[in-house]
Amino acid sequence: MSGRARIIRTVCISGFALFVLLSLGFGFDPGEKIAVNFAFFSLDMLKVLPCAFILIGLFEVWVRRETVERQLGEGSGLRGYGWVLLLSGTTVGGLYVAFPVAYSLFSKGARLSVVFAFVGASAICRVPMAIFEASFLGVKFTAIRMLVSIPIVIMSSELLGRYLRKRRYAMVDGSAA
Amino acid sequence: MKYLYVLVGLGVATSFIASREKTFQALRIAARRFLNILPAFLMMLILVSVVLFFLPDEVITAYLGVDNRFVGTLFGALLGSITLMPGFIAFPLCGILLEKGVPYMVLSAFTTTLMMVGVLTYPVERAYFGAKVTIIRNTLSFLTALVVAAATGLLFGELI
Repeated sequence: MSGRARIIRTVCISGFALFVLLSLGFGFDPGEKIAVNFAFFSLDMLKVLPCAFILIGLFEVWVRRETVERQLGEGSGLRGYGWVLLLSGTTVGGLYVAFPVAYSLFSKGARLSVVFAFVGASAICRVPMAIFEASFLGVKFTAIRMLVSIPIVIMSSELLGRYLRKRRYAMVDGSAA
Repeated sequence: MKYLYVLVGLGVATSFIASREKTFQALRIAARRFLNILPAFLMMLILVSVVLFFLPDEVITAYLGVDNRFVGTLFGALLGSITLMPGFIAFPLCGILLEKGVPYMVLSAFTTTLMMVGVLTYPVERAYFGAKVTIIRNTLSFLTALVVAAATGLLFGELI
C-alpha cells in the first residue's frame, strides 16, 4: 500500500473516531446517530466475518491446490461455474464476505472468470436471502431476478476474465491497498 | 445464522481431530487475513454509517415512491448502489413499499443493485481486486441490474 493511501486512511479513521467521541461528549445529535449506525453495522459484520475467515483458513490448509485447479481452473469449463453457483448459494453476509473468499479461490488456482462469477452469484443467489426475499416480494419476483441475472453474470464474468487474463491481471491479498 | 456457527464449530472440531497442527495453521491464516483487511473494513463501516445518516429509510422510501416509474427505477438503482443494508431490513422495507403501490420494477432495481453493486464496499473490494477492476465490476453489475429491472417490469406488465 502506498504511503499516501496509508496517510489518507489513518486520517479518516482517527478523524472519525475523534468526531464520534466529541459528538457523544457534547451530545451532537447527527454524530450520535452516526455512532449508532457504526455500532449496528459493526456488530452485524462481526457476527459473520470471523466465521468466514475461519472457514477460509480451513479451506487454505485442507483443500489441495490441484483439486481447485481441476474443478475451478483454466480447464474446468462450465463445471467451474456450476461449483461456484452452488458455493455462492450458501454464502452469508454480503459482498464484503465474498471478496476474501474470492481471493482464496483465486490464490488456490481458480480462473478469473469463475472468481468473478462467484462474487456476482453470491450477491444474487444466496439461498436463505432468496427465500426471505420471496416471502416479502413473491416467488415470481425472486425467480425473475435470479433467472435473468445468473446468465448475465456468467457471460460478463467470462468476458471480464478473458480480458484481464490477456493483461496478466492478478488479485492482491487484501493487505496491499 | 445459527447454522453458520454450528458449521464452523463442526469444521474446526473435525479439523482438530484430523490434525492439531493444521488446525492451528488454519486459525493463524484466518487471524492474519482478518487483521490484514480490518483497516479496509473500518473505512467501509465509516462510509456506511455516514452515508446512511444522510439517507435514512424515509428518504429512500420517498425517492422510490415517485410517480414516474422510470424515474423511480433510476432512483432505485442509484440508491441501491450507494447504500448497504442487511436483507432483514431491506426486504421488509420493500414489502411495505410494494403495498404502497411502488412498482416491482423499481424494487427490482433497488434490491439488485443493493446486493450486486457496492460503492460503500469499495475500500474492501479494492484491497483484493485493485481500483480499476473494482470500478469495471461495479459498472457491469449496475448495467446487469438495469436489465433485470427491465425484465421484471416487462413480466409484471409495468414496462408497457
